[in-house]
Amino acid sequence: MPQIKFITHTGEEHEVHVAAGTSVMQAALDNGVPGILADCGGACSCATCHCYVDDAWVEKTGKPDDVEEQMLDFVMEAQPNSRLSCQIVVEDSLDGLVVRLPESQI
Amino acid sequence: MSTEHAIIIGASHAGAQLATSLRQSGWTGKISVVGDEAIPPYHRPPLSKGYLNGDKHSDELLIRPASFYEKSDIDLLLGNRVTGIDRDNKCITLHDSASIGYTKLALVTGAKVRKLSNLPGHELGGVCYLRDLRDVDQIRGYIGKGKSAVIIGGGYIGLETAASMRKMGMNVTVLEAMPRVLQRVTAPEVSAFYSRVHGEEGVNIICEAAVESLQGSGNVQSVQLADGTSIPADVVIIGVGVMPDVELAEAAGLEIDNGIVVDEFARTSDHDIVAAGDCTNHYNPIYQRRLRLESVQNATDQAKTAANTLCGKLEAYNTLPWFWSDQYDLKLQIAGLSQGFDRVVLRGDTEAGRSFAAFYFEGDRLLAVDAINRPKEFMMTRRALGSGQNADPAKLADESIEIQQAFS
Repeated sequence: MPQIKFITHTGEEHEVHVAAGTSVMQAALDNGVPGILADCGGACSCATCHCYVDDAWVEKTGKPDDVEEQMLDFVMEAQPNSRLSCQIVVEDSLDGLVVRLPESQI
Repeated sequence: MSTEHAIIIGASHAGAQLATSLRQSGWTGKISVVGDEAIPPYHRPPLSKGYLNGDKHSDELLIRPASFYEKSDIDLLLGNRVTGIDRDNKCITLHDSASIGYTKLALVTGAKVRKLSNLPGHELGGVCYLRDLRDVDQIRGYIGKGKSAVIIGGGYIGLETAASMRKMGMNVTVLEAMPRVLQRVTAPEVSAFYSRVHGEEGVNIICEAAVESLQGSGNVQSVQLADGTSIPADVVIIGVGVMPDVELAEAAGLEIDNGIVVDEFARTSDHDIVAAGDCTNHYNPIYQRRLRLESVQNATDQAKTAANTLCGKLEAYNTLPWFWSDQYDLKLQIAGLSQGFDRVVLRGDTEAGRSFAAFYFEGDRLLAVDAINRPKEFMMTRRALGSGQNADPAKLADESIEIQQAFS
């Protein structure tokens, strides 16, 4: 199973293994990683699962679609590598993915 | 481990959040979540969408997997109905008469559907409500391509269900008693927009419909209106609102007033008992009035406040309500509460296309936005209203001005 490393804003690291097909958001929830709220449960409606994809993985995780991009324009502390983690589906090719979490979601 | 025991009644959105937040906030005692369904807490919004049409399996609805609760030392007492709360002896009673002691109790009992028990034919097969997984499992036995559905109630649940069934290739009629759909919650322009889109998608919406009876033998076959119209139906979904589930709280003598009355720390009139979510009547500092909200946001956010309270951290509940509803290709996101508005400012065209935002004002004060396929407008307004900002109506209405520029 692919491994994902979450790094919280305080630098705490959480390495989790999740089945391919799971979203990065759900991976965080399933493993109790703090910092992802995911209020809407992955409907791309709330922008409370904001994360920063490590630069080395930006290309592999793909680009946000139009809706996600518009939401990202208004998240706290947006950066060029900002994503909504509900919109990134874990695949075998993402084994080793590193994402950082913002200090606050709203 | 301490000998404290927090019992959470309701394996719901709020229940899942409360249990999780309790652990995260440092509760070292036992945590039990009691729920009458056999499944761990799950997301309800997909019930009228992905779960209804079969795209999603119930496992995919879980907020967190069962293993998470196990690892967090949270006991899920599923398939159990609580029949009473004994505040003097600090224990709850289950349906099998078992009694469990608590030091702290959380009521996240949610809401229950308003039933049309006086409607002739309501007991026929194929007449369903839509609130939990079991309801949808039942509905799924009656639906499929080419079949006919009549939905009683043109609110969000009714319209979402209509959209899902239409996408499945069913014939769908929505019956609304009021002059327009979504009358209680949106401006006329937004109602008209939803009526138009549902019409374009092939849903038959009848407003000011007086349902007289449901006809059939065994299973429902048609819906009879007072004006003589008869509409064929293989399934009837009744979505005419919910009521807070306050039975246990009321029987336990807690203060009730359109929900379980809680203070800003989510405490009921008994401070060893907190409550959160759809079942509570609580004060909202942004709108400066007491509210009872039916939403995921309120369930999860108020649950966090309640968990903090039980851990001795008193932090007043103070959040901007927000909601969402997905129908067809329409992503509706709502920030704030529009009740009390006297003016609507539109950004974009409601009469053509499928993207606009309706901003609700009371005098000069922006109250809320309904943003349809307008994530920027939603995000900006949610942030602004949450931090006490107001907006300029003329700038909001002018699409040549960036949305950020309209807020001050």
